[in-house]
Amino acid sequence: MAALGFVGGEGMSDLITMDDLSNDMILEILDAAERLLPVANGDVYAPLLQGKVLGNLFFENSTRTRMSFESAMKRLGGEVVNLSSVGSSVAKGETLYDTMQMVDGYSDIAVIRHPRQGAAQYSADAIGIPVLNAGDGAGNHPTQTMLDLFTIRQAHGSLEGLNVVLVGDLRFGRTTHSLSHALVRFGAKLTLVSPESLRMPTEIIGDLQSHGSDVVESENLAGAIADADVIYMTRIQKERFPDEDEYAKVAGIYKMTADDLAVAKAGMIVMHPLPRVDEIDPSVDSTQHARYFQQAFNGVPTRMALLCRSLGVEVPKEVGE
Amino acid sequence: MSEMRRVTAICNGTVVDHIPAGKALQVMQMLRVDIGRSNPISLVMNVPSGKAGRKDVLKIEDRELTQEELDRLALIAPNASVAIIRNYSVAEKRQIELGSELVNIARCSFWNCITQNSREPLPHKLRVISANPLDLRCSYCGRSQSIEELAESIL
Repeated sequence: MAALGFVGGEGMSDLITMDDLSNDMILEILDAAERLLPVANGDVYAPLLQGKVLGNLFFENSTRTRMSFESAMKRLGGEVVNLSSVGSSVAKGETLYDTMQMVDGYSDIAVIRHPRQGAAQYSADAIGIPVLNAGDGAGNHPTQTMLDLFTIRQAHGSLEGLNVVLVGDLRFGRTTHSLSHALVRFGAKLTLVSPESLRMPTEIIGDLQSHGSDVVESENLAGAIADADVIYMTRIQKERFPDEDEYAKVAGIYKMTADDLAVAKAGMIVMHPLPRVDEIDPSVDSTQHARYFQQAFNGVPTRMALLCRSLGVEVPKEVGE
Repeated sequence: MSEMRRVTAICNGTVVDHIPAGKALQVMQMLRVDIGRSNPISLVMNVPSGKAGRKDVLKIEDRELTQEELDRLALIAPNASVAIIRNYSVAEKRQIELGSELVNIARCSFWNCITQNSREPLPHKLRVISANPLDLRCSYCGRSQSIEELAESIL
């Protein structure tokens, strides 16, 4: 099953971690996403996935990921069936394995978000249709990483050799885990800014360093702004803390305002996977640096490209013709 | 081998030698020979060893452990040597082999791994990232495993 000239094809169409994609594959998917932008905008109708059904399985809350997958599938002429754990047999104690057997029968591709780490790989092992990981506990969130890379390339023209500052909850934040793995493969210099209790897990830092990456850890955001090409803010995730007192110690520790960005390079972009709480002040929204709403929109063309790839559908060089 | 005289030679069965000192009870647990069986088992612990200073030795009578069973020992006694005894003689020597993945040997120790739900039916799988030092990661959640904790999670 050849799609877009991707390496892999049948049997390699799951996306569980960024390790499933080579650098060349990442760039090809981003190119395809760029070609799909007019479709994502609603300017062109291209029913590339007509007759296909996406099983959208969200065992955890989601706004952007769920909606952008649904929008991506529908803009490409496909259909979506949804499952959430509330009101389904999951609430009655059904195993993930059993649930996935149903999804295997009802749809052509599955997108899964689950609070348990490893749930996406487990699902991929359990069924034959392609599985895309939309977040598994504090594990990985590779489709978010792909839209993040799309946004970074859109702003800087390339992914090579950028200074990227990741800020906030680097311990539980699956977006930063996946993104950092991808960025070091493109030679990024990473500055990891977090409170002591939310530092990036040591095994991930070890992985990053094994790629020869220059990784600096810090608790100081202000000192990292001037040299940054990208500042990637994240929310301190209350729901990941086993203990409310521990959350209270670090809640609101980083708050970026427009004034803080006076020292930033002109082309520096501020990103955030959203939702934000108070880590980015609304005053930043109107600066040239704010890119998080564009980033959220970019989920649609990027996920279109990923759905096409996993379903073995080629994205034409000129979409809409 | 003076330590071998501490217990009598066995007629038929399996001898696991060069177990790291103090680990023999864990080895028994991992081989599942500690419960529900009537085979005579002899255990010597902390005996002098030329290689490692001290070692443990286990003799299991009337049972020839399979290669699959022995490979479980790769987690805690990768350098142990194994002899299958028939009629008081060494009939076979077996090596403990650490494959690329350990299937249904131990449960991932991460509290939030999908495999913590005991009703989930797929096998428990640990991927071998490095043999020396031993680095195992859950094939599902990707977490590195503490070998000490794994010994408590033997299936």
